[in-house]
Amino acid sequence: MKKIAIIDYGVGNLRSVYRGLERAGADATITADAAVIAAADGIVLPGVGAFREGMEMLGDLQETVIAASREVPVLGICLGMQMLMESSEEHGTHNGLGLVPGSVKRFPPAPGMKVPHMGWNSLRIEQDDPLFDGLMNERYVYFVHSFYAATTPECTLTTTEYICPFASSIKSGNAYGVQFHPEKSGAVGLRLLENFIERIC
Amino acid sequence: MVLTKRIIPCLDLKDGRVVKGTNFLNLRDAGDPVELAQRYNEQGADEVVFLDITASKEQRGTIIEVVSRAADQLFLPLTVGGGIRTLEDMQQLLRAGADKVSINTSAVQDPTLISRGAERFGTQCIVVAMDVRRNFEERLGTTGIELPDGRTCWYEVVIYGGSRPTGIDAVTWAKNAEERGAGEILLTSMETDGTKAGFDIAITSAISERVGIPVIASGGVGTLDHFYDGFVAGRADACLAASVFHYGEFTVRQVKEHLAARGIPVRL
Repeated sequence: MKKIAIIDYGVGNLRSVYRGLERAGADATITADAAVIAAADGIVLPGVGAFREGMEMLGDLQETVIAASREVPVLGICLGMQMLMESSEEHGTHNGLGLVPGSVKRFPPAPGMKVPHMGWNSLRIEQDDPLFDGLMNERYVYFVHSFYAATTPECTLTTTEYICPFASSIKSGNAYGVQFHPEKSGAVGLRLLENFIERIC
Repeated sequence: MVLTKRIIPCLDLKDGRVVKGTNFLNLRDAGDPVELAQRYNEQGADEVVFLDITASKEQRGTIIEVVSRAADQLFLPLTVGGGIRTLEDMQQLLRAGADKVSINTSAVQDPTLISRGAERFGTQCIVVAMDVRRNFEERLGTTGIELPDGRTCWYEVVIYGGSRPTGIDAVTWAKNAEERGAGEILLTSMETDGTKAGFDIAITSAISERVGIPVIASGGVGTLDHFYDGFVAGRADACLAASVFHYGEFTVRQVKEHLAARGIPVRL
């Protein structure tokens, strides 16, 4: 059974991430302990809320995650994905973990389009990856976000269309990120978590 | 490829059981919340809302237990409301497995609860629920809304489960909530709630057009076409219903198939 460390830095609904990973077959632990994180087969960086607060709450664990990503896969979810980027424009410019090239931007205003982008939208697979094994193109997953990661086509695994097409799943080296919530995306989300655990970690 | 319109079954809870009444009165028992939520999940519900309608008066705790049980079994978004007055109340529910918390009376009494909650837990966590009703007395500073019969009124925010008028204009309050960091508005019209005559389109579209955050229409669904009207005429981003689902008049899937056939994007 793969040991997955869910980084606990005091934000969000970790219970659902934990249950989702457990359901997908992982030996999951919610932890802020650098030793536990270093010993894991894979790392999940969850998160909801604001970028700067997230990075601040992560604190010393920033270095722990960066170091661990040299050895094992890291999956950032929602804000966790955005924190993998070099920087964010949310309330000023702030540095991210720098594991994936690019920055986090706010959706531009568009008539009749609500922000946050909230609800079920589909994934267009741009690059084959084990993360999507067994999942067809254009499957629906659950999103809640007002900012998106602008990265290179090489790092873009899936795109989703809302106001503009944006990278909904990204990858650079060992760093994976998904803008949506797999733990809130029913069977599709659970399959994706299972793929991360079984085929990537 | 577009963002789909959401269908959200709502479960009104009293002492850990689902209940449903008309105009917030005459409550009837309608089953175990987690069991029902699981059934809706299987039918393709996009989210589930739990509203603890007695939380203001009675013991909390049962709702925490229901939320944790639901979060352990359901892998879809969960909103919880009822009796939330402090950041600690929010924290407890989010820890138990809720994704969003819905605040109503407490937000009207202390609007900083919206901003403080959004700052601490993120805008996406904070749903501002508002119960509204028509007021035909002329009053300065209110937003005139034209009704289908040609009359004009303004909509007033009511609190304490619809029992106390506040004098606050609903459109102004919705915009205020957005500015303070609400991620979503859950709008229930007391005029239509429990009537099965359809959503209150006039106020739903008025608010949805004036705010930049998603609006959930609630109160009054009786037919499949009412959902269509809520999305098209009401410009809602999501439609919420309770009794039509509880009593099996139709399933979530039937609603979505009907909407898809009429050209509304839904997740099937």
